[in-house]
Amino acid sequence: MAAIEMKNIVKKYGDGFPAVNDVSITVADGEFVILVGPSGCGKSTLLRMIVGLEDITEGDMVIGGKRVNDLAPRERNLAMVFQNYALYPHLTVYENIAFPLRLAGAPDAEIDEKVRRASSTLELDEHLDRKPGNLSGGQRQRVAMGRAIVRDADAFLFDEPLSNLDAKLRGQMRSEISRLQKKLGITTVYVTHDQTEAMTLGDRVAVLKRGVLQQLASPRELYTNPGNLFVAGFIGSPPMNFLPAKVDGTSVELPFGTVEIPADKAEKASGRGLLIAGIRPEHFEDASVVDSGRQGSTFRATVDVVEWLGNEAYAYIPFEAPPEVQEQLQQLERDLDGDSLRTQLVVSLDGSSTVAEGDEAEIWVDTTKMHLFDPSTGENLTVDLDNAGEIPALAQRTAAAPDGPTTPSESATA
Amino acid sequence: MRKVGTLLGTLLILVWCLLPVAWIISLSFKSQTAITNGSPGFFPSGGDGAGWQNYKDVLDNEQFRRAIFNSIGISLIATLLSVIVATLAAYAIARLEFRGKKFVLTMALAIAMFPVVSLVGPLFDMWRTFGLYDTWPGLIIPYMSFTLPLAIWTLSAFFREIPWELEQAAQVDGATPWQAFRKVIVPLAAPGVFTAAILTFFFAWNDFVFGISLTSTESARPIPAALSFFVGADPFNRPASLLAAGAVVSTIPIIIIVLIFQRKIVAGLTSGAVKG
Repeated sequence: MAAIEMKNIVKKYGDGFPAVNDVSITVADGEFVILVGPSGCGKSTLLRMIVGLEDITEGDMVIGGKRVNDLAPRERNLAMVFQNYALYPHLTVYENIAFPLRLAGAPDAEIDEKVRRASSTLELDEHLDRKPGNLSGGQRQRVAMGRAIVRDADAFLFDEPLSNLDAKLRGQMRSEISRLQKKLGITTVYVTHDQTEAMTLGDRVAVLKRGVLQQLASPRELYTNPGNLFVAGFIGSPPMNFLPAKVDGTSVELPFGTVEIPADKAEKASGRGLLIAGIRPEHFEDASVVDSGRQGSTFRATVDVVEWLGNEAYAYIPFEAPPEVQEQLQQLERDLDGDSLRTQLVVSLDGSSTVAEGDEAEIWVDTTKMHLFDPSTGENLTVDLDNAGEIPALAQRTAAAPDGPTTPSESATA
Repeated sequence: MRKVGTLLGTLLILVWCLLPVAWIISLSFKSQTAITNGSPGFFPSGGDGAGWQNYKDVLDNEQFRRAIFNSIGISLIATLLSVIVATLAAYAIARLEFRGKKFVLTMALAIAMFPVVSLVGPLFDMWRTFGLYDTWPGLIIPYMSFTLPLAIWTLSAFFREIPWELEQAAQVDGATPWQAFRKVIVPLAAPGVFTAAILTFFFAWNDFVFGISLTSTESARPIPAALSFFVGADPFNRPASLLAAGAVVSTIPIIIIVLIFQRKIVAGLTSGAVKG
């Protein structure tokens, strides 16, 4: 058991490109922290620096109060589950699990007891004599976990452990990992690009983009108070809608009409010209099914496509965005590994809504949940800092001179 | 129709390959006089048969026994050293980034392409000066240098096949780099190691040019060279049946070695290491 402190960690490869740039994350003892981000964001590199498979260019890695920068992986006492499991194919399941203990020179009786305990926890008892080649994907995954839990490691590290499983098995293993972690109460760092895993497993989630930590917060905080456009777009499915917006007093001009927002939000965003409004799909509704008592504004728009799922329906409403916003939104899509074909609004409607394709519908929007983003920096102007965890970029800006954007991409569009 | 074709083809190739072997075996069971008389039958007939006499004669021959001993000793030592060095070198080439890696690989290929004969003269002179002439090391060293390139290329291909994560997993599990190499990488590369071993052993066992030029007495002369000295009493009338028996005897160790090593060459040993 140990806390893991990453202090201003930098990883530069031979060409000078920082794969991980000035990341500071403290994982408390027993905490489950997720590193999440699109591919190439440096999350796996960061994990490999924790375990010692990558050298750290700058910064301090402190595990259990000890600086481990220069220690070999075997001296760090961490257990890791690899993305492709990395089982030893020439050894049986039993010997695979026993491998770390044998290396440590434990007596046979102790090895046997620990292996059998781990195998019964993971329901691998009947497979102990088999070779990994004869196991199914889920069983191999469990063997890899067994090899990790059999030791008294200071922390568990998972590198996208479920990405090779099919959807059903992934769900099962996800709850299994969660249960195991709670039971063992061991510090865990888990890398994934899957936001469902990030939201369901983690005590706290660190969102990374191109090697830079964007926000470190609980799943709920990330969802309700994203620190910038990137986090807002990354967390949530279907993703948050981004619309060009002009704030004038407490009214916001959107492509579909003008809506009213609460005064405190309006105040933070006033006098900034063209902004990007972020509204999640579920904060829209078909006006005809909304209780008249609820706050919010309505607007009329023509629905392009409707996807009815029974309990809810997704309606797609295309809109035109001005070039400044368009550019920023396209950049965002690239950052998120996606490619948007058109700017459109996705709204989640109640299942009882009868809006059909081609209809001009009256849509209600909960404007109290609206976020407003600065199009040049991507910063969330309306963020509730008390409930947003850590946002390094904002902390830096308030501490140092407010002299500009934090990442190259943003400076390019600024 | 296809089946018949395949069968015929297989038979044809088998006959083509095995006829000389069968002929040598047939010769080895005939008496010397039968051969001199030009007895044509495949099976020894009438008084032509020599039974095991030729084999007894060969094995009773001190020169031949020494040659067999030399060949086995030199080939095994050359194979062992070559495989050890090649394993370490191939591992470094497959896993590590270092300056001159390309150079090492190119040089290895260049050496393999060198005609053996062209080195015999210089080596003869050098070995005489160094006192390596007519000794075991005098043959082991050239055998190693000619088999290493092939062994390194074969093995580094095998090492590249092994997922790097396995080694990293071992290190995280508490292994030193050496332990990870020995307990995880080498067992998985075993098929490659044995392939390299067989190839090296073949080369060393079958070599004639070095064997005959770098030795002068039976203290280091290997079997292929020794057989050529088996001239008997009359240099113009070589004891063909005796030579045939010697050839058969000298083939047996190769067959045994191949049978032993072949079991170890199990393809697909890494299956199951990573996601399928």
